[in-house]
Amino acid sequence: MSALLSDRRAVLLLGLLAVLVVAPLGAGDYLLSILITILLQAYLGMAWNVMMGFAGQFSLGHALYVGLGAYAGGALFVHFGTPPLIGAMAGMLVSAVAGTIIGALGFRFKVMGVYFALLTIAFAEFVRVLFDHWGWVGASSGLFLPVSNRATDDIWMLRGSATMFYYVILGMAALGFAFSRSLLRRRIGYYWQAIREDQEAADALGIDVFRLKMIAVVISASMTSLGGLFIAFYNNNLYPESIFSMHRSIELMLGTIIGGIGTLFGPILGAVVLTALGEILTIAGNAIGIDGIKQIAYGVCLMAILILKPGGLWPWLRQRFGLEGGAR
Amino acid sequence: MLEITDLDLFYGDAQALDRVSLSVAEHEVVAIVGANGAGKTSLIRAISGMAKPAHGSIRFEGQKITGISSSRICDLGIAQVAEGRQIFPTLNVLENLEMGAVIPRARSKRKDTLERCFAMFPRLRARADQAAGTLSGGEQQMLAIGRCLMGQPRLMMFDEPSLGLAPAVVSEMFKIIRQLHADGMTVILVEQNVSTSLKLADRGYVLENGNIVLSGTGAALLNDAGVRQAYLGL
Repeated sequence: MSALLSDRRAVLLLGLLAVLVVAPLGAGDYLLSILITILLQAYLGMAWNVMMGFAGQFSLGHALYVGLGAYAGGALFVHFGTPPLIGAMAGMLVSAVAGTIIGALGFRFKVMGVYFALLTIAFAEFVRVLFDHWGWVGASSGLFLPVSNRATDDIWMLRGSATMFYYVILGMAALGFAFSRSLLRRRIGYYWQAIREDQEAADALGIDVFRLKMIAVVISASMTSLGGLFIAFYNNNLYPESIFSMHRSIELMLGTIIGGIGTLFGPILGAVVLTALGEILTIAGNAIGIDGIKQIAYGVCLMAILILKPGGLWPWLRQRFGLEGGAR
Repeated sequence: MLEITDLDLFYGDAQALDRVSLSVAEHEVVAIVGANGAGKTSLIRAISGMAKPAHGSIRFEGQKITGISSSRICDLGIAQVAEGRQIFPTLNVLENLEMGAVIPRARSKRKDTLERCFAMFPRLRARADQAAGTLSGGEQQMLAIGRCLMGQPRLMMFDEPSLGLAPAVVSEMFKIIRQLHADGMTVILVEQNVSTSLKLADRGYVLENGNIVLSGTGAALLNDAGVRQAYLGL
């Protein structure tokens, strides 16, 4: 169990962080918004990765936790002026409870694999319909956060410039990475991997499979809800059909699948590739007047990865450029 | 040490074990033989808490263990080397072994147990950093046994340890089991390799369609006309 980060990987990581820290100085509004999209995608991918990549539990309904985090923070802010930090805690709590319910149902009754994934979709859809009819949070016509004093940055209330949001999401992604890394290096990380590789064997060794899977869901759900909170305050508007959508659940995991499930860098790499590709294709699509080319390209991209590099891009790059450090 | 009475186990409507009763004394090697689908693996799964019996009781050192969780059963000192080895292929050898010492009782002594494992299986020490999936079949079986020992068990259950191994490795496997027995381990050995396992065992049970049809000392079973005809083709 040697250090997970070899020297070259540490240099790569610190270099990347340094570039990202100074990036707003040179980046225009457009580039900054792209970077925010990448970091948000990377952060959400990391959160999903805890459950799927580390513990091997397939969730296809992570939009549920995005939405719960977004609505908890957003609604408390709109109705009571609650600071987002408090709203974040509320969102994490609600998401943890939701994750506990889904996990308890699924794991207790041994619902596994795709069936478990279907269960997660069902809950996300169920909650979406619920929010569509819940007047207090604006129902289907949406919840809007008041936009004011854009000139000054108020980090406590998360009101301010794009640069401020950039640093917030950069901080979240960096913390998410550090947290994932520490989870993977701890005993719990090894137990999760054991469950992922062979649940029966893990069970036979006395690993408390049920409890550990529950912990994975709760951590993943709470992390995801923070991403939702960010979306609420960054976008200033929330609609159940978009925040809880199946489409979001899929997009959220796509980056990690492309980058490399279960790896630390996979979600980051996948977010960069996917967002860059998405932007280029949107521009290209507008130019040649074909809508939806982005979705088609996403699909093609995903199929290519699954066929050519089923482990994702990062494990392949890592091997090619000698960035191997430990087993991951 | 282990006392099983009237155990019934169902998978849905299919009955896997039908009123099975057997006992294992301390330091004994007990072989459970029978054809495919006789219920051998089901019996191991029931003892280890991974399958819930519908009826009957399992007692370990006087304590009823039917219905308690598999992790608690491990904690009591019952461990298994599962069929098909079930190692964690992408984790390395050392990580696999460490994974055997999950229960707190075993964790505190894991440094010493690891040394014992490596002394017993020098090949594993040499390959400590290698991904377990890249080991040979025999080495993977060693790893599975080593990982099981890391949990400091007092009763070890082997499910088809010879399955899919080369003949030379099979005899090495039985030598290891003999060695464990000599060191005082209690062993339940489930095998299709009837003659070798009965030669090794103090006592044996013959399982057929979920029923114990015959029991006795290993030697007596080996000489039984029915066993010879059905399982040894003599």
